[in-house]
Amino acid sequence: MSIFVDDDTRVVVQGITGGEGKFHAGQMIEYGTNVVAGAVPGKGGQEVDGVPVYDTVDEAVEAEDADASVIFVPPAFAADAIFESLDTDLDLAVAITEGIPTQDMAKVNKRLDETDTRLIGPNCPGIITPGEAKLGILPGNIFSGGNVGLVSRSGTLTYQVVDNLTERGLGQSTAIGIGGDPIIGTSFVDALEAFEADTDTDAVVMCGEIGGEDEEQAAKFIGEHMDTPVAGFIAGRTAPPGKRMGHAGAIVSGSGTGTAQSKIDALNEAGVPVGDTPEEVADHVEDFL
Amino acid sequence: MKLHEYQAKSLFADAGIPVPDSRLATSVDEALDAVDEIGYPAAIKAQVHVGGRGKAGGIKIATDREEAERYADEILGMDLKGYTVDQVLVEAGVDFVDELYVGVTMDRGEGKPVLMVSTEGGVNIEEVAESNPDAIAREHVDPAFGLHPYQARKVVYEAGVDADVALDVASILSTLYDLYEENDASEIEVNPVMITGDRDVVAADAVMNIDEDALFRQPDLADMAEASYEDDLERKAGEYGFDYVRLSGNVGIIGNGAGLVMTTLDLVDYYGGAPANFLDIGGGAKAERVTQALDMVFSDDNVDAVVFNIFGGITRGDEVAKGINEALEGFDEIPKKVVVRLAGTNAEEGMEILNTDLVEVEKTLEDAVQRAVKNAEEVTQ
Repeated sequence: MSIFVDDDTRVVVQGITGGEGKFHAGQMIEYGTNVVAGAVPGKGGQEVDGVPVYDTVDEAVEAEDADASVIFVPPAFAADAIFESLDTDLDLAVAITEGIPTQDMAKVNKRLDETDTRLIGPNCPGIITPGEAKLGILPGNIFSGGNVGLVSRSGTLTYQVVDNLTERGLGQSTAIGIGGDPIIGTSFVDALEAFEADTDTDAVVMCGEIGGEDEEQAAKFIGEHMDTPVAGFIAGRTAPPGKRMGHAGAIVSGSGTGTAQSKIDALNEAGVPVGDTPEEVADHVEDFL
Repeated sequence: MKLHEYQAKSLFADAGIPVPDSRLATSVDEALDAVDEIGYPAAIKAQVHVGGRGKAGGIKIATDREEAERYADEILGMDLKGYTVDQVLVEAGVDFVDELYVGVTMDRGEGKPVLMVSTEGGVNIEEVAESNPDAIAREHVDPAFGLHPYQARKVVYEAGVDADVALDVASILSTLYDLYEENDASEIEVNPVMITGDRDVVAADAVMNIDEDALFRQPDLADMAEASYEDDLERKAGEYGFDYVRLSGNVGIIGNGAGLVMTTLDLVDYYGGAPANFLDIGGGAKAERVTQALDMVFSDDNVDAVVFNIFGGITRGDEVAKGINEALEGFDEIPKKVVVRLAGTNAEEGMEILNTDLVEVEKTLEDAVQRAVKNAEEVTQ
């Protein structure tokens, strides 16, 4: 089993005719994902790699019975694309786009409260259930099926940790990149809750980073609600306050809030071992299983 | 992106928020011309992106021309926490009886903007937030509707602002919210708002940060960003379009993806070295970008050794290897030792292409970092 996506997921790609959308739609199909439609305004009636394109998400859902979308739309238009997927009542929307203005995401966030659609991202690598479905830009070949769930704010750091796991024969149930922006749809807690409920996930890796208080909330959730063991990693221990470390959300703002140390302390208190290196994270997972 | 105080205050003034009379000066002569027009007392304020300027000696109050000349001379050119001051704001002193804090920022946890008001102005608000959180009144704004004027009044009254100035403060707060929305700010802070003996309300300081992701629709602010680089390397990174942060160590770091680059920094520290920078070349980088990244790190005199760590998803190892070769083949002598680690997409092809006469190669992140730390140590010994 897995969380959020599997081989029944039917995907519409918003922005499938753009450079990135076209390339990654192809990669998703190659991985075995059911990419059933594309949605691009003004491009209805075209085909990309044999996938029919519609002018609106609504038409794509109507014609192809899509239940999830992946969004590769430039930042200036991305919030609109997310609203379109939310207003179409899909089960899942995965926003890959990096650089969406935060105030746009605040409006999206407000709408999320009123809909049942799950949003993953934005500014994320997506989600993969190895061997079943990949929604996003994660390189499929480094993943292998198994019983370790993984949730991370970062893309390439996820690949690094997955590589360490796969090399030791520790396969993954589902891996989710939740994104590096200040306002995101799916939090650590949302993902951890789903992994806890998933009978085929026996251990979880959580990769956080500086900024915000998501990791602290996740630690609290783990301490109170999880039986599945969790190993952690926190990036940004050496980041100085007030400097944005690449991700819009990765910034230590005030004194004491959002620092790596406060996150590591919170996780340790909840019984979560935090690795000093990615290799050490894999050590902890190996100990769990 | 941080605006300078003078930039933020010009936006405040245009929006109708009362600010003290002021002039920007880049030389002692200009500063003296400014005080001649403004009169005394006058504040001479360093325009650098550093918190706690006052305590660090970057703000002085001049009561006569002789003092103005001395302070302007002291502050212009001074080093303030690593930044050189090359402009000062000369501003009319305000005779105040009370100070407030007001601010607008994004509450990440709630995903909503929040207004904040406190009667404990003039001090570090983060310390107030920790020691006495009840001294800050907060009001969240529904981003779909925007600010209702009553909310500004409510939070001002709740903070306990004196009744005779409360509506004036609420009006400033309302205008600040408009500025926050119109300019895609991530944060606006006025600390302090001063209340004068005549019960006038004046914005005496201004902190305004802009969401960098929104600069595409804020052309005027993007121009201000140009003027706000404080370091040649940061300017160069801006031109190349890199996410770059300069730090104080001597191990240069290049990688792809913010989380992995941060992790590389942390490992440099963990293995006993000191990171010189954060440099993310982003996803899907081609050879040319790799060359630019090496140029950036080589341009930093503090760097003694470099670690180049790539885990390719959409970035291809062979492209990276080509870029590294091109960059290094141009030198008669490699300026700094470079350790390269390639993993992920086309990593093997990349390893074959890499000219190992020019770089050192390691297979794992941990090994690459340790070797670069050792290389840096050898240079400093």
